[in-house]
Amino acid sequence: MSRIEKTFAALERAALVSFITAGDPDRDTSAAVLEGLPEAGADIIELGMPFSDPMADGPVIQAASQRALAAGANMQQTLSMVQQFRSKNDETPIVLMGYFNPIMAYGVQQFGQDAANAGVDGLIIVDLPPEEDEELQTAAKANRLDIIRLITPTTDESRLKTLLDGASGFLYYVSITGVTGTASADMSKLEPHIEEIKKHTDLPIAIGFGIKTPKDAAAMGRIGDAVVVGSSIVQTIENNDKNTAARAVATQVKALSAALSKPLAKLDNQG
Amino acid sequence: MTANSLKNQPDERGHFGPYGGRYVAETLMPLILQVEQAWNKAKADQAFWDEFEELARDYIGRPSPLYFAKSATEHCGGAKIYFKRDELNHTGAHKINHCIGQVLLARRMGKTRIIAETGAGQHGVATATVCALFDIPCVIFMGATDIERQAPNVFRMKLLGAEVRPVESGSGTLKDAMNEALRDWVANVHDTYYLIGTVAGPHPYPAMVRDFQSVIGKELREQMMEREGRLPDTLVACIGGGSNAMGLFHPFLDDTDVNLIGVEAGGHGVDTDEHAASLTGGKPGVLHGMQSYFLQNEDGQIDEAHSISAGLDYPGIGPEHAWLFDEKRVDYVSVTDTEALEAFQSCTTLEGIIPALEPSHAFAHVLKIAPKLPKDHILVMNMCGRGDKDIFTVAEKLGVKI
Repeated sequence: MSRIEKTFAALERAALVSFITAGDPDRDTSAAVLEGLPEAGADIIELGMPFSDPMADGPVIQAASQRALAAGANMQQTLSMVQQFRSKNDETPIVLMGYFNPIMAYGVQQFGQDAANAGVDGLIIVDLPPEEDEELQTAAKANRLDIIRLITPTTDESRLKTLLDGASGFLYYVSITGVTGTASADMSKLEPHIEEIKKHTDLPIAIGFGIKTPKDAAAMGRIGDAVVVGSSIVQTIENNDKNTAARAVATQVKALSAALSKPLAKLDNQG
Repeated sequence: MTANSLKNQPDERGHFGPYGGRYVAETLMPLILQVEQAWNKAKADQAFWDEFEELARDYIGRPSPLYFAKSATEHCGGAKIYFKRDELNHTGAHKINHCIGQVLLARRMGKTRIIAETGAGQHGVATATVCALFDIPCVIFMGATDIERQAPNVFRMKLLGAEVRPVESGSGTLKDAMNEALRDWVANVHDTYYLIGTVAGPHPYPAMVRDFQSVIGKELREQMMEREGRLPDTLVACIGGGSNAMGLFHPFLDDTDVNLIGVEAGGHGVDTDEHAASLTGGKPGVLHGMQSYFLQNEDGQIDEAHSISAGLDYPGIGPEHAWLFDEKRVDYVSVTDTEALEAFQSCTTLEGIIPALEPSHAFAHVLKIAPKLPKDHILVMNMCGRGDKDIFTVAEKLGVKI
């Protein structure tokens, strides 16, 4: 079993996927934040590969990419951060999220090999639809990396078939039509769509985009097999200095994780 | 068209050799596929082309004249120089050609809101114009830096009823405006059509914009046969994303006796960090929905482009140009800011035509090669935009206060 499969098999509640951008605001601070995530309650880590032109991201994650790049982040550094993390943690899956150009510049085959060697478990490449990902699929299969596909509110049944062909690990359900960290999902449409998707696949479904608070996480955790929290964690990093970032993120992730374990009614009382 | 025609590209998935394709967020994929279906249907419908041609004639003012530039020819003392006068189009540039085409398509698709990106503001003005004509609300994304250096066009767009949204991210130029337009589109897929301003973006845009712009090359073919009884020897056009060049070149791709020259913006020189010559100084990559050549560092981070001309200030190029570059069917050269500025002044005084800074790049190259060519060599340059919008930039560079 892969780390991702083991993680989903072991949980009786929705998994918490925590997103940070690698190297934000600098390598050391980012590494400290990363290292603290599992103990705080992150079941899966989504690590952003900084890119100069992140077209699917809102202002918060755009700014994180800019901070990381300004501090000298690059693909080698991202992979070395994963390697460093793996020397202390062999259980928590790490999924790299980003855009195709830096992978192409690195060399797709080499990237697959080096990412797997560093301890990466899966890849979410936002601007690489199934029609264009053959080369990456080959590199991923050869190195046992999962290709995590995005499903959106605009995905109809015929498109779903295309997306499921070649998907592995889990599915990432983009709950809004928009960029990261902006609007909140329309639950009345989300729930039936997820039920529909589940008829076609056994892969776990993670719900992401627009999930900010423990209450949001708890609500989405009732529908999905995992919830992804990104922009609000990245915002915490932005709001703190280098000495306090890791602790502040850990506190936030603990609250998110706790919310996924509690019945919803109690949470409402806490506001 | 023969089976091995250079005009057969792209393939059904939108690839020009390895370039092009559809590299977009999944949220946009169903919509992009819809645009393609709608385009395929429209393309095969004579009624669509009848409407396009009527507007091209009566609203744009096509065909644009083919003008023998006698003074420039005498000045160079070599090749016979012609200008294809697309700067005489309504709104002052070639951009209106694909704006009319795309707005007709958006209407057919039932879209009720139009967005577009703009660099120099020419595409923004043309988009705002067709949206005014058809009474469709439109939002133009424009880099904050560009808004500053293209104030007259910003005002024009506002007069036409468009909302101009400044983009502060990145360097505040064309690439950032395109990022922001894509972000808006992802959030408004249900009612919005993205009217892309060049032969770039995901399939079918590069092919569709080329097909609308090909009116330039098709007219030229006929006009030249009428005037000279033969095809021209050399065609020259400037390239940012590459729409005017693609429109000029495409009908001539299979006429291998016709030399095709694309002029990229060399900024302060292609051996410096400040230029916009993606073919000469970039490498293959993926951005804005397509695989093509991009200015980028070794980590795949996109570099800022630089050009005196806002319309050429883009770190990428349309995928068909990338393919024609690899195939060596088109020669791609570059011209610096300084050379373009000199050519701007030469053209103005020689011909009484104030060219935009974009075709000033093309004219700079014409001034370089025409003197060395024989007198019976026919050279045509696409005068793709007029220079009124650039007089403030030029005045500043010349140290003149207006």
